[in-house]
Amino acid sequence: MNKIVNDFSITVGTKNGSGSSTANNTILRSVFKMGIPVSGKNLFPSNIQGLPTWYTIRVNKDGFIARREELDIVIAINPDSFARDLASVVPGGAFFYADDIKQPITRADIAVYPMPIKNIVKSDPNVPTDYRDLVGNMVYVGVLAQMINMDMDKILAALTFHFKGKQKPIDMNYNAVKNGFEWAKANLEKKDPFYLEPMNKTEGLIMADGNTAGALGSIFGGVQFVGWYPITPATSLAEALNENLPVLRKREDGKHTYAVVQAEDELAALGMSVGAGWAGLRSMTSTSGPGLSLMTEFAGLAYYAETPVVIWDVQRIGPSTGLPTRTSQGDLSFTHFIGHGDSHSIILLPGDVYECFEFGWKAFDIAERIQTPVFVLSDLDMGMNQWMSKPFQYPETPMDRGKVLFEKDLEELKGNWGRYLDKDGDGIGYRTFPGNKHPMSSYFTRGTGHDAYAKYSEEAHIYLDNMNRLKKKHETAKQYVPAPVVHTMKGATVGIIAFGSTEAAVIEAQHQLATEHGIKTDFMRVRALPFTAEVDAFIKKYDQIMVVEMNRDGQMHQILLTEYPMFGPKLKSVAYGDGMPASAKWVREGILAKYQKPKAAAQKKTVAKKVTKKAAAVSKSKKTVAAKKSTAKAKTSVKSKRK
Amino acid sequence: MTEALPMAGTPSNTNTAGLTKNDYRGNPSTLCQGCGHNSISNQIVTALYEMNIVPEDVVKFSGIGCSSKSPTYFLNRSFGFNSLHGRMPSIATGALFADQYLKGIGVSGDGDSASIGMGQFKHVMRRNPNMLYIVENNGVYGLTKGQFSATAEKGLQLKKQGENPYMPVDICMEALVSNATFIARSFAGNPKQVKELLKAALAHNGIAVLDIISPCVTFNNQENAFHSYTWGKDHEEPLHEISYIAPRNEIILEREMEDGEVREVTLHDGSTVILKNLEKSYDPSNRYEAMRVMEDAQRNNWLITGLLYVDTTKPNLTSMYNLVDTPLNRLTEADLRPDRSMIDKVNALMF
Repeated sequence: MNKIVNDFSITVGTKNGSGSSTANNTILRSVFKMGIPVSGKNLFPSNIQGLPTWYTIRVNKDGFIARREELDIVIAINPDSFARDLASVVPGGAFFYADDIKQPITRADIAVYPMPIKNIVKSDPNVPTDYRDLVGNMVYVGVLAQMINMDMDKILAALTFHFKGKQKPIDMNYNAVKNGFEWAKANLEKKDPFYLEPMNKTEGLIMADGNTAGALGSIFGGVQFVGWYPITPATSLAEALNENLPVLRKREDGKHTYAVVQAEDELAALGMSVGAGWAGLRSMTSTSGPGLSLMTEFAGLAYYAETPVVIWDVQRIGPSTGLPTRTSQGDLSFTHFIGHGDSHSIILLPGDVYECFEFGWKAFDIAERIQTPVFVLSDLDMGMNQWMSKPFQYPETPMDRGKVLFEKDLEELKGNWGRYLDKDGDGIGYRTFPGNKHPMSSYFTRGTGHDAYAKYSEEAHIYLDNMNRLKKKHETAKQYVPAPVVHTMKGATVGIIAFGSTEAAVIEAQHQLATEHGIKTDFMRVRALPFTAEVDAFIKKYDQIMVVEMNRDGQMHQILLTEYPMFGPKLKSVAYGDGMPASAKWVREGILAKYQKPKAAAQKKTVAKKVTKKAAAVSKSKKTVAAKKSTAKAKTSVKSKRK
Repeated sequence: MTEALPMAGTPSNTNTAGLTKNDYRGNPSTLCQGCGHNSISNQIVTALYEMNIVPEDVVKFSGIGCSSKSPTYFLNRSFGFNSLHGRMPSIATGALFADQYLKGIGVSGDGDSASIGMGQFKHVMRRNPNMLYIVENNGVYGLTKGQFSATAEKGLQLKKQGENPYMPVDICMEALVSNATFIARSFAGNPKQVKELLKAALAHNGIAVLDIISPCVTFNNQENAFHSYTWGKDHEEPLHEISYIAPRNEIILEREMEDGEVREVTLHDGSTVILKNLEKSYDPSNRYEAMRVMEDAQRNNWLITGLLYVDTTKPNLTSMYNLVDTPLNRLTEADLRPDRSMIDKVNALMF
């Protein structure tokens, strides 16, 4: 049997609430510490205890760490999902199971390993009866370690980290790992091809989840006020703020430079944050889709009242109950159009935990510069799972507090200023904060209906002027939001646009499309709305552009259609959302389903008569030199593979 | 303490902050002529002027409704935020963290606080921010021209609405059960009491709820209606005659008081509220008593006015957070961004 080294998936099927996350994180961290690129994703139901839950780990020497749909190694601990777990193993795969599950083994095409988990745990007198189930999870870690050569020292390191150096739980859990390891060594014969071998590809990297990264980034951004309300999957972001603020912003006098308030609901959470932002604090909230719905009225007000505030939306499937613990990119359209009346949102789209940190601090700079809400759209997969990352980088620019007038500034101006006066021609006025003692400092804030000096007015032309200034401000924002990241490939003929947590799946799909289908692609990961000039340039460049996203209706695609109607026919939607983190498989299959052979090639095959409306439109848009060039390239690359 | 009385040569219409009453005024009112809300706005101007509070030390907040429009009719020199219907408490809560030395004045109505904003109303009570929370209570929606509010009494008849079938919400009772630290009720037709209660409420270091029955002259002023002038005048039952005394004038008032007839409540700023009992001895620091007099009033159809409850021992919201001495909105990057060395520590904390 050919060995398969550092290129497989491990999936553990357990019951929710059974305490398996320690064991699963231990596997993930051990592989990471062995220097092998790895990812881990918790696929959990919405309940406290009882329903089946899976944890899936992708080990890949080449760094492709998106979720792998093919399950190579499956560990079955839950009788309720046993039959399904057994059926899910790929032919030639490996199946480990707790041997107290007395269900038929119906597969002969896989390696099967029963594990006497209960007996092994019972045999350790140091494990209290109450802890047997919890510690039992560590037995499969040990069995797996023996069977695939997972490094026991790295396992110990992972446990030491997890239990924050507390010796008693470390010992108890590590002993269970060792017992599993020894039992497997003595009793199991290796019948599967999967092995781990140490590498050096994770050197210098860290592991973190996006919510913690976002919280830490916010702290380095100088967050001063947080109003929040618990909601999965955003809760751990606010909790990470609570946990880390006292440490990172510790002062000698023991006093605080920040306040975190758990509100009574999301309306109040954003209301408080808007109040704080209005009064001059770096202010934020974190929520998910349903919470964002409740925040809508305040988000609209903040846009009109020109109040800086940062709103994190860790996206999930919604509304109500059903799949609230599943990931999604379903809030993009909603966030884009949030509020009532005409509004534009600034949206930041981090693609990994590193960017969660970076956008954590950057969002405040943009919000205070533009004086408007800034949304950061993460998702459950990025927010709650552990990801490999470059170490977080200290903010490379000083804080941008935007245009603010204090007493001395007002003295210089002799009190002559207008809150909404576009003095600099960028649409952004100067603001003052409550507490300013200059007698001319104050102004009255309301939604619509004010002139440049914040005086009440319902005059038509004054309203129009204000609306046009708000639009100008949004144009100004393009200079401040992060530009997209482009992954190019020599000879690419197709453009891919995606955003957020799908990056790993898209990069892997790009590789598969090139090597298996001869389709070369360039991939632009959009990192913000409004779209910057780089997005315009990218869209102009290709004849077909696949817009990949995790939702049903192709929300990014819709927004692109609105912003670039002239390129509509070549923008194709590859949208898919089933609650599972993105995989290369669905990205690849989605692109293949929408892919059209370049027109030049089609003409050769004398099917010109059958040119569809879409194709006709494509040919119309091919006016730029860049487009012609890419067609020529397409001809050559497609030829080699097609015939 | 230094003498803060007006200096010789200062015009007599100037207070010890060096300001005239004009410095406390706002824009002309656009509410109905004779509206109780206008009278309340005037009393706010007078109370602040007489207390020598500088307008820049006050921030105004409101939601939506007739009452919520009134912050533009007083204190032009103060910052103000006219926010969303029923959401004034959350805006105020966040804003007051920016400078813990500021005093909030929130103006709301019965629709804004007892209907759409009931949740925020009750939660802001338990948080105890340093703000005066006025409910201009008329039992009706004025801005949308005459619908029932949650404080309207059962059986009230309104044009276009018919008869109100529901029991009313009692603002003061709700405030009490939500652990508000200062609860008072007054009647817009009794400007002297309104002013004295405003002063006491402004001196309170925490949330001070002032439920002011403020009849709607246009949409709810039938003689038999609970929130009408006629009914209010006939059924008003003042708990105490109340006088607010600024600390510097304490000596003068002490001479006026007779032994045994006064109840003193010392407020956080050192000022004192002195309550004069009318018919019965009433202890406003006693929650049981507050509950009892409100229940009694309800049963007897009385409009009980005066200081119903006060607790000066509870810390206000910002003081619970142990904030730095400098107002948070004056802090700079040096205070807010962790030192460069901390990034390595953070990365080391990750796995």
